[in-house]
Amino acid sequence: MEDGLALHHIGVRFGGLTALDDVSLRVAPGEVVGVIGPNGAGKTTLFNVVCGFVTPHTGTLTLDGRPLRPRPHRLTRLGIARTLQGTGLFAGLTVLENVMAGASHTARTGLLPALLGLPRSDRDERRLRRHAHAVLDELGIAAHAGAAPGTLPFAVRQRVALARALAARPRLLLLDEPAGGLGAEDVDGLAELIRGLPHRATDPCAVLLVEHHMDLVMAVCDRIVVLDFGRVVAAGPPEAVREEPAVVDAYLGAAVDEAAA
Amino acid sequence: MSATRAPAPPTRSAAANRLRAGRPVPTLLRHLAVAAGAGLLVLAISYQLDSFRNFQLATVAAYLCATAGLTILTGLCGQLSLGHGALMATGAYTLALCQNAFADRGVTAGGVLVLSLGAAVLATVAVGALVGVAAARLRGPYLAGLTLAVAVVVPALTVTFDGVFNGEQGLAVPMAPAPASLGVYFPYERWQLWVVTVATLLCLVVLANLVRSRYGRAFRAVRDDEVAARLAGIHVARTQVIAFVVSAASAGLGGALLAVLAQSVSPGAFGLTLSLFLLMAVVIGGLGRLAGAVWGAVLLVALPDLTHTVTDLFTLSPAAAQRLEGNLPLAIFGCTLIVVMIAAPGGVQGLVSRLAGALPARWRRHRP
Repeated sequence: MEDGLALHHIGVRFGGLTALDDVSLRVAPGEVVGVIGPNGAGKTTLFNVVCGFVTPHTGTLTLDGRPLRPRPHRLTRLGIARTLQGTGLFAGLTVLENVMAGASHTARTGLLPALLGLPRSDRDERRLRRHAHAVLDELGIAAHAGAAPGTLPFAVRQRVALARALAARPRLLLLDEPAGGLGAEDVDGLAELIRGLPHRATDPCAVLLVEHHMDLVMAVCDRIVVLDFGRVVAAGPPEAVREEPAVVDAYLGAAVDEAAA
Repeated sequence: MSATRAPAPPTRSAAANRLRAGRPVPTLLRHLAVAAGAGLLVLAISYQLDSFRNFQLATVAAYLCATAGLTILTGLCGQLSLGHGALMATGAYTLALCQNAFADRGVTAGGVLVLSLGAAVLATVAVGALVGVAAARLRGPYLAGLTLAVAVVVPALTVTFDGVFNGEQGLAVPMAPAPASLGVYFPYERWQLWVVTVATLLCLVVLANLVRSRYGRAFRAVRDDEVAARLAGIHVARTQVIAFVVSAASAGLGGALLAVLAQSVSPGAFGLTLSLFLLMAVVIGGLGRLAGAVWGAVLLVALPDLTHTVTDLFTLSPAAAQRLEGNLPLAIFGCTLIVVMIAAPGGVQGLVSRLAGALPARWRRHRP
């Protein structure tokens, strides 16, 4: 039995294009794993396979050793939550409601009690609200609970998206380019936050991270998987991956130079 | 930019804590209290108005069921329906058939109306579920096309199966007289207003409960971002079907109440125009808020009335007057829609909320 999420020889084709080719990787509990690679390397496809938006042509997924056939709306029930590129927040919901929506799978009220407005429905809502407040407190954005997401700075919206995912109490959090659009100072704060996720007092979670921002990936990841043209070209701890000639050629060289500049 | 790491202001946190510790008024009690207040208001008004105005107010209440249901579907869940007129027809015809069946068996007690209304709602739930399951798979123009087909097909069915529905003539709806305890000279329209108001307020309480529950949040989440909603653990298709069924049930009740008021049903009253009117009414009233549906229902009754007054001002040949009266409401509605969309995209209710929000702020500023 292997704990955590594992991908075994996953292959995905879109028509004649091979998006993923024989990709295997594993995220154990408590781990922060980064997936890097140039644009079009298959990073987002990898996430879409895990979330059930894309069905792989070959290979299998397992969660805690059991076969996993993911469907997007069942994901949080399995203990997996995902953030979207950009923020994907519900524009018509307040920050608090966004975070409450993230815990939708824990809501227990049936349709009839909701229609009749029974105390059961109120209790359920109160519980979700308390939980959402706690997550907002933890991420330091409780002051924005009543705000509409559109009125907030991007860095705060990014945290709200993170809070919405964490509200589902995931054991594994998939972060899709969380540093996209953030300033340097905000990235430092984000790195600190991501490193803390496996050590949270309640609901600690492993992290699978797709990211372009090399400093962030190097700073937070226990292991890094490098994709290029849908294949794993390197994998290992950050310091080892940084030295791989294939990686430096394919991707890192430019990025590291850029970051250093 | 360090906005994210600034700790929450302590005053806000304390306020939030108090709010969390306090025992808020239960949703059901709050909504029932508001409904009781509105009911008493209508009761008081019903003694001030003449029979015709009572009848008009009752018509507003009947339309309000349909517009409130459509607000849930289109405003909250983001699904378009051009077929709500047909769902109203379903409710109206079911009520007519039930009332006739009761009358044929000699059951004339006023209480059977409750059973007939229940049957009307159930029948529309069934039709709504059927359409809703198909609608949940469709988006944009395809959804509009499907609901448009429903709007056209349902009234046509009443003509096709004229053995049951009596074709263009329609059906009479036998109604029990007002209770004798109210006195012999009690205006029947006032009694109608009471009956319809009670049914409408109950319908609104149920809808308001739903909006305040996790389903209301799920509706809006699905409307704003389907992918994010799925990842948040929301079953998008199921949520859309629930919204459609609830919306259909309200429209069915609205149609049944219109039949109660008119004491007859005919396909002409539930054509495509009604569906378009309903949609325009909720957009003008303000999408996404139940209060917007009230404005919409008022407009549905007030605009034709206004048109009638306008055409009366001119001396026209009877034929011209009839043509004008038939088409003018639609034209006025269309123009109103355009003006409201440009001047107040949030609809009438959005405008009212903005004004209400602006006024106290101004007062506060002038206070020492």
